[in-house]
Amino acid sequence: MNRLLLAVLATAALPLTSHADWLNFRGPAGSGHEPSATGVPTELSDETLAWKVPLPGRGLGSPVLVGDRVFLTAASGPDQKQLHVLCFSAADGALLWERRFWATGRTMTHKKTAVAAPTIASDGKSVFALWSSNDLICLDLDGNLQWLRALTLDYPNASNSLGMASSPIVAGDTLVAQIENDSESFAAGFDVATGENKWKIDRPKAANWTSPTLIEIDEQPVVALQSSKGILGVLPSTGSPIFQFEGGASTIPSSAAADGRLYIPSNGLTALQPGANGGDPEKLWNESAQRPGTASPVVIGDRVYIINNAGVLSCADLETGERLWRIRLERSEEDATPIKAFSGSPVAAGNGHLYIFSETGVGLVIDVSGDEGRIVCDFDLDDTILATASLDTGAVYIRSDKAMWKFGTE
Amino acid sequence: MRRTLFSTLLAAALWPATLSANDEWDAAIGTILSVGPEGEGNAAAAEAHRVLTAAPSSVILPILHAMDGSGPVAQNWLRGAVEIVFSQQDSGGDSLAADLEGFIGDTGNAPRARELAFDLYEELQPEKAASLIPGMANDPSNALRRRAVALLLEEGQSLAEDASEKEAAVDVLTEALDVARDIDQVEAIAKLLEDKLGQDVDLPRQFGFLLHWHLAAPFDNTGREGFTAVYPPEESVDLETTYTGKDDTEVAWQPFASTDRYGKVDFNKPFPPLKEVTGYAYTTFQSAEERPAQLRLGCKNAWKIWLNGQLVFGRDEYHRGQRIDQYILPMTLKEGDNTILVKACQNEQEQDWTVQWEFQLRVTDETGAAILSTDRKPTPKEEEPERRRG
Repeated sequence: MNRLLLAVLATAALPLTSHADWLNFRGPAGSGHEPSATGVPTELSDETLAWKVPLPGRGLGSPVLVGDRVFLTAASGPDQKQLHVLCFSAADGALLWERRFWATGRTMTHKKTAVAAPTIASDGKSVFALWSSNDLICLDLDGNLQWLRALTLDYPNASNSLGMASSPIVAGDTLVAQIENDSESFAAGFDVATGENKWKIDRPKAANWTSPTLIEIDEQPVVALQSSKGILGVLPSTGSPIFQFEGGASTIPSSAAADGRLYIPSNGLTALQPGANGGDPEKLWNESAQRPGTASPVVIGDRVYIINNAGVLSCADLETGERLWRIRLERSEEDATPIKAFSGSPVAAGNGHLYIFSETGVGLVIDVSGDEGRIVCDFDLDDTILATASLDTGAVYIRSDKAMWKFGTE
Repeated sequence: MRRTLFSTLLAAALWPATLSANDEWDAAIGTILSVGPEGEGNAAAAEAHRVLTAAPSSVILPILHAMDGSGPVAQNWLRGAVEIVFSQQDSGGDSLAADLEGFIGDTGNAPRARELAFDLYEELQPEKAASLIPGMANDPSNALRRRAVALLLEEGQSLAEDASEKEAAVDVLTEALDVARDIDQVEAIAKLLEDKLGQDVDLPRQFGFLLHWHLAAPFDNTGREGFTAVYPPEESVDLETTYTGKDDTEVAWQPFASTDRYGKVDFNKPFPPLKEVTGYAYTTFQSAEERPAQLRLGCKNAWKIWLNGQLVFGRDEYHRGQRIDQYILPMTLKEGDNTILVKACQNEQEQDWTVQWEFQLRVTDETGAAILSTDRKPTPKEEEPERRRG
């Protein structure tokens, strides 16, 4: 057969799009940067809106992307006791399936957050959904129930009256979750196949809404568990401690990992190098003026970005922590809906742009590839948005209580 | 005759195993019902789930029946199977609709199962399902009852807009108040009756809040250690006794009657606002019979609660919020006198939102309906402020 024809046929057999997968809160390693997601639109507008779909109840967990599917959780009913796992087609937003469960734990939360606050985690074969009620449910990608855990029934004082929001993460064959609160506080590694405990360790008795971050040390994955005390790095398969940083840390914005280092919201921002063979980590630098607000920091290349509670985006040198520039995140037009505050975190793709959505529903795209950040797009979604966006090749996904949007052409 | 009786008894003992004609389904359901704590049995349950979700829609009824008496974990496994099977069934659902209607109509079936059956029935026969709702005002399922109460509330609201229908509005809303269980609905109905129709609503009685207590404070809670410390009231309560409290304060039990609309027992009222202290509240509850019930507590301080001298539960969380029915604690009332002791600990925080040192407690059945003490005193009225004499 003609070689050219073979090449054409082979190309025709390829899927028209490829997906970067976004498997948990803040994507790869839980750090907010997916460089392999290419062609992500830098314009958020009615023209680039691919689809918008309604959602039940309330929720602020991010969309999770596995292949050509988008997964979300929600919780509905007068006390948000009806738990939902939803699966949509990435191509057109069609609802492929929905599964519902009854909450087995407490569903009281602060009115700003919701029972469906944690983001789903996935290993590419299953999705693991956690709610503030401490219900932890595993479904395969077609919605078949694999296992479920009622963690408040197992551990009756594991709850937080303000609500819990930490998102789990998968490392190998272990799902790691932080169930940290003022009372019965722990972190656990669950067998992804059965949901049984592989390990469970006591954690500081203090409310904690941060999520675990994956870091690679000596070519092995380590999960960094952040709390008000600092960071504990553990092997995901056993929970064995690898390193500990006891300089304190925030209980709201999570850390970012890059090239075996951690950038921690601690006394401002602290860069940490965990030891090669365990032992005390090395504090590389600390910048007390670089103080993340609710949003978690993100690393792109040799720079780290934070957004403080005043809505100022700062860029710092990754090696020294020295601030390079900062800009106020504001609207391009004076009479537009003001930005006010951010509950979600910025995320970044391979195009040198940050994506973040304000509580007032303003989507911002910021070009950080140059000597100074530049807002290239600010778009009204006309809804309250507390979630963090998810990125895929050619697409941006974001959700509110009422709806999920996809921007992009892929 | 004996052999027939034995067979009947055996069948009853094996219920619901003999409810379906399919041993494989029965075994799968049994596996799911056997799931234990900490994920025990999950692998087998997943396989059993696969068996059930591969079955035709005739498996739905046996699964619904199996929810009776099952725990919340098993119920979620079973619900998952039902919803998948239902989503796979073809549109010829007349037989299934009839089965579901029959299942819903038997209020002896598990409330959660009937709620699920109703959701499915509503998809198959929306108009018929809607026609059932008005008859559900006293339903054992709170989810179904809520729908009926919503209709009553809507009707009452509409009547209340018409001055000539005031009496009818009061009748409808009074009926709604009697049967409502969800806090938001009770509050909405009460507000209409009071604000729109000028009726008196004894909300504390409606909810069943315990309003008459004896309080003893302050004991120490420095360093938050009061939560685990055992102070004398935890060993025995004698309302005539005095104790030595924090900083050698003499502590005596003093009567306290809550005039709060939501039954809040506020330690800051008899005692000055204090930090790092522990207080106790004691009351008795007369029950007409021995029966299962629930203690429903709202508290933003660390707390413990004892019933008849036995610790029911405790939680050491401070100032993360408080609401009605924040904690729902199953227990059993004994016939006659029951004693209830609440421990509330105030911590060291100084922010203005950490001033509260209080709790609210009610006794209910499993639907949230108030169970009143047979010797319940009238709801105290808030005292009128003294008039200044000019």
